[in-house]
Amino acid sequence: MATQTRYAPDRGLTVRMTATMFLLGLVFVAFVALIIGIMTAAHASGASIILVALIFGGGSAFVSLFFSDKIALAAAGAREVSPKEAPELHGIVDRLCALADMDKPRVAIAPAMMPNAFATGRNSKNSVLCVTDGLLYHSGLTQEELEGVLAHELSHVAHKDVQVMTIASLLAIVAGLLVRFAFYSELFGGGRRGGNDGNAALLIPLIMLASAVVYAISFLLIRLLSRYRELAADRSGAMLTQNPSALISALTKVSQGMNRIPTQDLRAAEPLNAFYFAPAMKLSGGASLSAVFSTHPSLEKRIAQLSKIQRELGQPGADPRGIR
Amino acid sequence: MGFLDTLLGRSKPVQPKLDDLFGLPSAAIQLEAATGFKPTGSGSVSFRAPEGKPFADIQKEVLELLAMDDGKPGGGLPVEVTKDTYGYTWLVSNHMSDEMDALVTDLHAVNSALVDGGFGPQLLCTLVAFTDDSHRRLSLVYLYKRGTFYPFAPLSGNNRDNALELQVKGILGEDLRMEQDLTRWFPVWGAPGL
Repeated sequence: MATQTRYAPDRGLTVRMTATMFLLGLVFVAFVALIIGIMTAAHASGASIILVALIFGGGSAFVSLFFSDKIALAAAGAREVSPKEAPELHGIVDRLCALADMDKPRVAIAPAMMPNAFATGRNSKNSVLCVTDGLLYHSGLTQEELEGVLAHELSHVAHKDVQVMTIASLLAIVAGLLVRFAFYSELFGGGRRGGNDGNAALLIPLIMLASAVVYAISFLLIRLLSRYRELAADRSGAMLTQNPSALISALTKVSQGMNRIPTQDLRAAEPLNAFYFAPAMKLSGGASLSAVFSTHPSLEKRIAQLSKIQRELGQPGADPRGIR
Repeated sequence: MGFLDTLLGRSKPVQPKLDDLFGLPSAAIQLEAATGFKPTGSGSVSFRAPEGKPFADIQKEVLELLAMDDGKPGGGLPVEVTKDTYGYTWLVSNHMSDEMDALVTDLHAVNSALVDGGFGPQLLCTLVAFTDDSHRRLSLVYLYKRGTFYPFAPLSGNNRDNALELQVKGILGEDLRMEQDLTRWFPVWGAPGL
């Protein structure tokens, strides 16, 4: 059987994503080495703090991974809908899942007016795809554009983005907790230490400083990774529907819709941002700064990538690089 | 998807499995013997037409290929092209009810042409329609990506005759690879050729 595909993978994106994950891993290893170094240099007082932070951090990551679908649905006030209640929505998801040969996620609708969609869940069997009323009824999206949005979200499920991002965030969570614990133990525990242990007095501020630096670096790397995952989902979504134009126009429409909605609603939705189709809040400040902190790539970047796929689809014949 | 693909956020287009389609003629005989459902002679291929000219060219070629043997014995009626509300294109091939082999050959010709053009990942499903003396409708849907069949028996008002579907699954389990995961038996309401 002929197993050719017309599309070459985006090597640039793959390389950038690999580099980001490599850096995250590097920071992690450096952090662990540093902590072990500090612990051997001094004695137990620092070790207990680190242990507690690891347990808390690991625990919260575990909980957010296992209950991500329930937490997200509850936060969005969403309700699962049956095929009878939303036949069209289910019909689109059914067909996309059959095309992509993946398990069908549960489908939910959130009552928010803001046009948006998200997918979450720890694996394909336990994932849920949620769209807002705003996206379904008030955004003016055509069926093809809606399909583009859903294909983007299904790609997040296929790429296991919730797992990847949770594991990637683990380091930042632990480092962030360490900063806090170290700060409080400095505040309340400082007086009890004996004066003869010079190492211990230095220990807590050292852990705090190292954790703060690690937190800052890993935070930026995670945001960078998140943006790459969005681009990857756009790409896979467009490949699945074979209709990048519809995704472009959906992105444009949804982004414009977001600007019109009052800020208060948008802030309430902000914690879910990482899983949303388009970010709910526009960061204030300079464009370059907000680009570094943003969970989503800029509209221009997303459209530029999709336009490239558009051009590929217009080219005659199979791309020889794409044949495997 | 492999571990590396997950890590890098890639999804490879899924290639269709085509060979199992040829089990249909013998399954149709089995089905008629057990339930009285006969092929209506119509079958359809559903796929996602990509934007851009290359696909339009292939589609034209396929239609010309199928039109060549119109009117000859076993050649069947002209192929109809329709686009459903979900944006999928359906090529409907009509034959006499006893020409299951010719129908499957037609369907396979469409599949191979699309796969050869590099559009295999765009194939959604293929559907062969059956009916019995009391005009109940039944279709066998072939999922290209899984290489499995499932029955779809529509009733009025977007209801499905699940009892009949499960009965058919039991009957054809030996002849065809039936889809075991019932969540994948998605309904195709109003599918052309049904």
